[in-house]
Amino acid sequence: MIGDWIPSLLGGLGVSLKLTALSLGLGLPLGLLLALGAASTRRGLRAVVIGLVELGRGTPALVMLQIVYFGLPAGGLTFSAFISAGISLALTTGAYTSEIIRGGLQAVPQGELEASSALGINHRDTLRFIVIPQGLRVALPALLGFSITIFQATSLVYSIAVPELLGKAYSIGSETFQYLSVLFLAGLMYAAITIPGSWLSGRVEHRLSRHV
Amino acid sequence: MNEILLTILAGVPITLLLTAGALVVGVLGGIPLVAARQSRAAILRLPARATIELLRGIPPIVWLFIIFFGLGTYVRLDAMSAAAIGLGLISCAYLAEIYRGGLAAIAKGQWEASAALGMPRTATLTRVIGPQVGRVCIPAAASYAIGLLKDTSVAFTIGVTEILYWANDQSRETSDAFWPFVLAAVVYIVMTIPCAWAARALDASLRKRVAR
Repeated sequence: MIGDWIPSLLGGLGVSLKLTALSLGLGLPLGLLLALGAASTRRGLRAVVIGLVELGRGTPALVMLQIVYFGLPAGGLTFSAFISAGISLALTTGAYTSEIIRGGLQAVPQGELEASSALGINHRDTLRFIVIPQGLRVALPALLGFSITIFQATSLVYSIAVPELLGKAYSIGSETFQYLSVLFLAGLMYAAITIPGSWLSGRVEHRLSRHV
Repeated sequence: MNEILLTILAGVPITLLLTAGALVVGVLGGIPLVAARQSRAAILRLPARATIELLRGIPPIVWLFIIFFGLGTYVRLDAMSAAAIGLGLISCAYLAEIYRGGLAAIAKGQWEASAALGMPRTATLTRVIGPQVGRVCIPAAASYAIGLLKDTSVAFTIGVTEILYWANDQSRETSDAFWPFVLAAVVYIVMTIPCAWAARALDASLRKRVAR
């Protein structure tokens, strides 16, 4: 019985992992752009970006998913359920990670900015070679932690019929009526990724903090 | 549009009730859980650690499904109780971790000073350390509570009549796929902003009464 479920559940887990990769692949660059916007010296830009980030963080991921999946086709943009799910989770990722990255960028000492301007390095190169690499290193443990959260959040896309892990488990449940065992098994599969993941992010944090 | 908004607002009391219910379970249940987690006896510590890891490692929606569809096969459970139990259990684990952080933040010297004064360990915990831990934990607990308010939206997937349920209902009724969900997002954002302000004010006033 359980042996028959495993291949289907593992297939679902693969979809969950692909969706996580898509969300992070689109969402992390968005988060970096938003973080740079929120730290901009131009007041208008900064206000707009901070407003967008607050809207993104205030909207529950499940509501964002419904807006993107049902709402965008109404505006003439139609994507597959998988792509809609990726776009929606990427928007949530961008909003949350921009705050994490902004914290990292702010941790770079002011003296380094003054030093690089004294050396005649322009603003863009200072960002590119000095602030962003160090800021991202500071933000890395929190970003890893967030990646685990977004992997968990992929279970929400069950609601728009993407065949990920929870969706597969639920459909096996409705065929066999063994809801408890199959859902718990799926839960353990999530935990098998998230628990080692959070240990890993704890270790990374510990390692990086040695050099601060 | 007005009518859509009014219908969605009908879900607000259920969302608040679910948030408050889960939070009360978590605030109280987190205490024995952190006590076991910090115990010197491995027979208490290891199961407590495993419980915390599993509760946090499995996504909330999967827990709700395990309880509502899984346990629901054997015990009669309505959707609201299933959601409150699920989110309450998850909250126990998160709050136990927040308490653990708070315990670590209280200077060790206070334990030693109490011991030097001849205070028993339990009295030290309830009279000296405990009240300060409560205050130190307020900011983290408040951001958890705000996150929880948004997470209650997953209860929609098992049919709890909260905000997103009514947004979905209105989306079907009016065959408008966009605005009901956007209004739902606005309702969530409007609810979380005063919570964040209140948390900041509460933290500022309690912080004055912690010795470090």
